[in-house]
Amino acid sequence: MELTLWTYEGPPHVGTMRIATAMEGVHYVLHAPQGDTYADLLFTMIERRDRRPPVTYTTFQARDLGGDTAEMVKTSVRDAYNRFKPQVMLVGESCTAELIQDQPGSLAKSMGLPIPVVSLELPAYSKKENWGASETLYHLVRSLLLSAVLPPGASRPERDPAIRPKANIIGPTALGFRCRDDIQEVLKLLAEIGVDANVIAPLGATPDDLMRIPDADFNICLYPEIALTTCKWLERSFKQPTVKTVPIGVGATRDFIAEIGEVANIDVSAALRRSQADTLGNWSADRLSSMANPGASRLPWYSRSVDSTYLTGKRVFIFGDATHAIAAARIATEELGFTLVGIGTYSREFARQVREVAKQYGLEAVISDDYLAVEEAVAEASPELVLGTQMERHIAKRLGIPCAVISTPIHVQDVPARYSPQIGWEGANVIFDDWVHPLMMGLEEHLIGMFREDFEFAEGHMSHLHTAPHPTAGTSGGGVAVAVAEPMAITADLQPTEGEPSDAVSLSWSADGEAELKKIPFFVRGKVKRNTEKFASDRGITSITVDTLYEAKAAIGK
Amino acid sequence: MALQPCTETPPETITADLPVLKERGQREVFCGLTGIVWLHRKMQDAFFLVVGSRTCAHLIQSAAGVMIFAEPRFGTAILGERDLAGLADANDELERVVEQLLSRRPDIGTLFLVGSCPSEVIKLDLAKAAERLNHRYFPKVRILNYSGSGIETTFTQGEDACLGSMVPVLPSKSNDEPALLVVGSLADVVEDQFKRLFDQMGIGPVAFFPPRRAADLPSVGKGTKLLVAQPFLSETVRLLMKRGAELLPSPYPFGVEGTTAWLRTAADVWNIDQERFEGAIAPAVSRAKTGLERYQKVLNGRKAFLFPDSQLEIPLARFLSRECGMELIEVGTPYIDRLLMDAEISLLPAGTALSEGQDVEKQLDRCREARPDITVCGLGLANPLEAEGLSTKWSIELVFSPLHGYDQAADLAELFVRSSERRRRLTV
Repeated sequence: MELTLWTYEGPPHVGTMRIATAMEGVHYVLHAPQGDTYADLLFTMIERRDRRPPVTYTTFQARDLGGDTAEMVKTSVRDAYNRFKPQVMLVGESCTAELIQDQPGSLAKSMGLPIPVVSLELPAYSKKENWGASETLYHLVRSLLLSAVLPPGASRPERDPAIRPKANIIGPTALGFRCRDDIQEVLKLLAEIGVDANVIAPLGATPDDLMRIPDADFNICLYPEIALTTCKWLERSFKQPTVKTVPIGVGATRDFIAEIGEVANIDVSAALRRSQADTLGNWSADRLSSMANPGASRLPWYSRSVDSTYLTGKRVFIFGDATHAIAAARIATEELGFTLVGIGTYSREFARQVREVAKQYGLEAVISDDYLAVEEAVAEASPELVLGTQMERHIAKRLGIPCAVISTPIHVQDVPARYSPQIGWEGANVIFDDWVHPLMMGLEEHLIGMFREDFEFAEGHMSHLHTAPHPTAGTSGGGVAVAVAEPMAITADLQPTEGEPSDAVSLSWSADGEAELKKIPFFVRGKVKRNTEKFASDRGITSITVDTLYEAKAAIGK
Repeated sequence: MALQPCTETPPETITADLPVLKERGQREVFCGLTGIVWLHRKMQDAFFLVVGSRTCAHLIQSAAGVMIFAEPRFGTAILGERDLAGLADANDELERVVEQLLSRRPDIGTLFLVGSCPSEVIKLDLAKAAERLNHRYFPKVRILNYSGSGIETTFTQGEDACLGSMVPVLPSKSNDEPALLVVGSLADVVEDQFKRLFDQMGIGPVAFFPPRRAADLPSVGKGTKLLVAQPFLSETVRLLMKRGAELLPSPYPFGVEGTTAWLRTAADVWNIDQERFEGAIAPAVSRAKTGLERYQKVLNGRKAFLFPDSQLEIPLARFLSRECGMELIEVGTPYIDRLLMDAEISLLPAGTALSEGQDVEKQLDRCREARPDITVCGLGLANPLEAEGLSTKWSIELVFSPLHGYDQAADLAELFVRSSERRRRLTV
């Protein structure tokens, strides 16, 4: 058993639902107990869909367990086929049905339906949502295209240079992070370099569309968590190369265009040049009033403009699915000038890639789906900004740290009405606004650092967000109030912290040291406290005074 | 822990047979785990630990995760393959998880171990586990157990199971004097209103169950009179009766008529004379009638269709038809307990189409054919029906809002007006 306060992913059958709901003409019969229909709300409420997901649940109850639950599966399959007349049926089980082992997939296959039936084996007690989605997409594509696979040794015919190259966009699903708008943005990028979209799947695709996948020259693996397995199979079966760069961030978008240039053998230099055009500001009147799509992002100039200088070195902790975490790390450091102090993912399948990124920044990646472990890592790193999932909002609230969401799991507020991609030029604009918004504005930050006794602008207050001071940012009482609260789970073994000599002397703060610490702006105070204590214990100092604090500051820097 | 069928007919049938459409098929309802979403607010010193799968964890956070918790008040002990294969001793595992939780949250006073479909199917004995953990943690933390599994419970039955688990540990009453116990989660403001009315009539002592803190348990025994505020508390009521309490059967306090009948039930037991009773309720009744008027005009003659969800459907249908003049197309409910529902059923217009259970596709067909003016249904159906041009009232809100009593009667009616009023306002 694993204590889970919040789970980063749902069970694998929710992944299957995300594929089925993304598509047209696909129906999913799910062997599941009464109550598992809650998952419909993910689509009707969080994503605000205007129709029910194409899912029929057997919804067995206790009284059915003594009877013939297998018969319920058959009835559900029959009724679902007769009512919805899908072109393909997916059949699988939820975690409880897995325990009673009715083999719904085999049952459905034996019923002689006149359509393909894809039986899904998704181990609910060891795998999770993204894996379920990836596996479902793979089995679906494979069962539809198996008969068309190129014979061994065959190669794709060369593309006629007179014909524009065609790409499949693989990966966007229902309930994905901003997939709806990301697709539009990718289509703009492709249009800009003269590439046509062949099939977008699974979002919006029909089984017939999946049959057309081999017509494309290459596949764009937009969300590896969902699409990589399928792209690899297509590469083996149809010799279609895979474009692996995910175009989130200005740099990554340029790399994406360059990679397509290589894979499709086309000249993309004009698009790359255009994308550089606004880096140093090109906001003349005609550009501002131009109706033309700029073909570039505003992020580079916004990030270079002087009011962004206070962002330099802001300490950021990043957590999410691997794709968005890796993209965010690059944007945060190379495009916004933050300092990365922590990075991690819950996508175990992509742990290696995240570890490599972490290593570049001299960090140890947090590879975990344990919310409490992530909370501990965030508290330990005491960042000034957390870029994470809906779950990191809980952590950030507890620790009093600004937070923005960059990845699933999400809730209803991250499926906005407005156009809000993460991908491409406009995606970078959205990211600049969303990531900077939770931080204290520069002027306010300066003034709170200067004058600490204001009756309205108390510390921790962010007047542009109406946030009241964080409770732990207050400085009353005897102990040192630290803006970064420790998770209770680790207070006990905090001293000495791991990696320190175990014979470390116990530290105490002198009254004047403590008073001085309270004068440090609250969002860096936690870090200063840690740095000073480490500095002191390394030198055998037992009582930390004002001088110790400033010596540590001089030795370590901000 | 044998699995009990969840729609057995209770032995105490009060009236003659009732024509009810009983359907079996796909049920579009929540499981009892959902009760945690409001129970964690009602009893702030309690923690709800579900023992189940990732699906269970996902359900609760999908429902409640839009709120941001600095301190979560629920969680899931997720079963892994080792637990299923019997490689890990379930009791040791549970002990470890509970220890981890309580060390993180030393402020927890009551811990509920909540059973789920997976834990019930593999017959994990959580009752025994709770007993053993109590040996270790009581009195600092009390550990209780109930099942919120979908195979046994539907939506609000989760509250029934939770309260039921508290009944055995309620202190015994010290005397046999009459005392009123109001059963069912009510909004704090509603509790206060009822308390004032009881005080004015001279009915007392009054206690509410569940309490606002799980540690402040009301006593029960001979002389306890049960006034039930929520219609879904079958098991809780029966367990309280086993402890010597007496049920005061009554309609539920929705609308003016329901609230008056409900209060009257208690007043009769306390022999409150008519004049004093009328005097106590008069101001609130006249306010409620004034408040209701504007909505009655809108709802009068309109057609309502209620999908099964919470067992509140029958009392709500009674309110909508008798106090708002609505025509009832179909009143679906997941489960009819005659002991707790006969007083309501007898107030419904003769021949009302009642249905118990669900085959959601067929029920949707009936609903589409009837084209009701308002459809009460769950969130899985609401937006899809709106997109088909039907006005809906999502039923979960009926559990989450202060709707009982006189001063909420107009609010209750307003919920059914809001959706069509909204359609009237929107021009795009």
